[in-house]
Amino acid sequence: MKTNNKKNSLLTIFILIGVFVLVFVLEQILPANAMLFTVLQKGVIYALVAVSMNLLNGFTGLFSLGQAGFMLIGAYCYGIFTIPVLERASVYQYFDGGIIKFALPVPIALILAGLAAAVFAALIGIPVLRLKSDYLAIATLGFAEIIRAIFQWDKLGPVTNGSNLLRKFPSFNDFNITDANGAVIIRMSTLVPFIIVGICVLIIVLLINSSYGRAFKAIRDDEVAAEAMGINLFKHKEMSFVISSFFAGVGGALLAMYQMTIQASAFKSNMTYEILLVVVIGGIGSVTGSCIGSFLFIACSEWWLRGLDSGTFLGINAPVIFRSGFRKVVFAVIIMAIVLFYRKGLMGENEFSAYGIRNFFLRIFNKKKGEAKK
Amino acid sequence: MDLISKYLPYILAGISVGGQYALIAIGYTMVYGILRLINFAHGDIFMAAGLIMIYLAATMPLAIALPFVIIITVFIGFAVERVAYKPLRTAPRMSVMISAIGVSYLIQNLALYVTGGLAKTYPSIPWISDTIKIFGSTTKRVTVITPILTVVLIAALVLLIKTTKIGMAMRAVSKDFDTSQLMGIKINTVISVTFIIGTFLAAVGSLLYFSNYTAIVPTSGAMPGLKAFVAAVFGGIGSIPGAVIGAFIIGICENIIKSGGSSWTTFSDAFTFVLLIVILFVKPTGLFGEKATDKV
Repeated sequence: MKTNNKKNSLLTIFILIGVFVLVFVLEQILPANAMLFTVLQKGVIYALVAVSMNLLNGFTGLFSLGQAGFMLIGAYCYGIFTIPVLERASVYQYFDGGIIKFALPVPIALILAGLAAAVFAALIGIPVLRLKSDYLAIATLGFAEIIRAIFQWDKLGPVTNGSNLLRKFPSFNDFNITDANGAVIIRMSTLVPFIIVGICVLIIVLLINSSYGRAFKAIRDDEVAAEAMGINLFKHKEMSFVISSFFAGVGGALLAMYQMTIQASAFKSNMTYEILLVVVIGGIGSVTGSCIGSFLFIACSEWWLRGLDSGTFLGINAPVIFRSGFRKVVFAVIIMAIVLFYRKGLMGENEFSAYGIRNFFLRIFNKKKGEAKK
Repeated sequence: MDLISKYLPYILAGISVGGQYALIAIGYTMVYGILRLINFAHGDIFMAAGLIMIYLAATMPLAIALPFVIIITVFIGFAVERVAYKPLRTAPRMSVMISAIGVSYLIQNLALYVTGGLAKTYPSIPWISDTIKIFGSTTKRVTVITPILTVVLIAALVLLIKTTKIGMAMRAVSKDFDTSQLMGIKINTVISVTFIIGTFLAAVGSLLYFSNYTAIVPTSGAMPGLKAFVAAVFGGIGSIPGAVIGAFIIGICENIIKSGGSSWTTFSDAFTFVLLIVILFVKPTGLFGEKATDKV
């Protein structure tokens, strides 16, 4: 069994490295504006946020709907601290260039974004986590709305730029390695977010497999029994909440990098709902499910179902039906179907293991060999 | 006197909005009382009623359109329950809540598709949209009608719940779901009636609410929906008078905050949630809520 586990994690590492290499190679070959990169970049961000939400909803059983609020904190924290000093006058044009007169390097700002969200989560977690199921959901939703209102407050304009956009901070394209003239030598704009998210998800997976993770699952399955077994309920709930918020904050910062602008009004409760639906599609309680779910979600909504909006889909040309917005309707119907008839989502509570993939490929390989012999 | 003339328009608007929230909040509180479900789609059904009104008013006279709006909205509420909640009756509560969020997502996207993403102008309903003067401040007639209509409708509802057979069944089901089933109460009928009453009141509320606004977008229903839900929690979820009182308090407070000037307007929405969080910590069962105990 032990060797199996070792083999399994070794294989997983190989596959992950393979994915990274593939992304890197694709990035050098394909044109930079290919749809694939939009999907990969946005998908990987959603994967991080969905996994962080899954840690809370799926593994700890806390039904929280505050994800958009924590993403907003992360996004703003990142934006505020990384806008280059020279650009501040034009971004904060209504607030005399803002009050922050320095810019931090990107990695520090990313961690800071996570920490800001985590600190806030720690503060609101103390009162909120005493609440039960749907009251918790509505209280966290409420806090997310309050955060949004605070960031839009014009008295805080010198820091948050009020209800105006934050922009001109480093985006994914700044990860590209360029020569002195600014021409791109090596593209890294998709690989770097993959690596960042990879590290974050790895930390979450390690946490879930640790003794803390087992405590989380115990709380999810039966709170009273878990408490009777000596698990400190509040401590573990708070821990899960804070860690989940940390990664939501990092996810928010990455989303800001992807979008190149930040506006508080974009982080509405609808964003939380979308992420929740991603988690449901992937399977509540499955990390790999959340990752696959988010790539599917983004690929469908940004790429594969685009035709539903622009008149022609699968070769059928019907501009009257296939007009703007139809894609989202089809999408919502699919989601409802999953929620109603396929409640476990794609993965249920299972994980997509490297061993499973290996066996799958071995089967195909053996079949082919068999055919070749004939 | 100065103070009154300054704040009166805001208080009047607050009472009016409060009445409209009350009509929505009853839908939440009744459904929660029976199914223990936050019906996230309720606010969107409320918005859909507004859109239906727009499309019907464009094709037929208002006198015919009004009843049709209410009938179609009630049907939507009924259908949502049958399609999205009924199959999940034995599922964990989280699944039903997710289903409600899914319905909300579906209705919003459907509205986005039908309207083409454009804000639709709400038709002005004659008589109730007329401007009148009260104590020197001008307002629409709907401001005065709303609280009166709200009180009348709620009195009728309370009477229905207290005296009729179906009302008794509702009370029984909200007390104990399983036992009432054993006593021969047809649960599905009771739940359907609850949804029908809830959406009927939401449709009436939508007629009143949107005649104060010029246009509707697909997300118009989300905020009033959430606020009405907060009102229901504030008053003690499951309690109808509680929901009404909560709705009026929220309506009046948020309008007084709006009177503080433009920099406070962003907080008029946030205030509702501050109130929610305060009440959840001070008295989690709300003003008139029954105390619930957890059993192992």
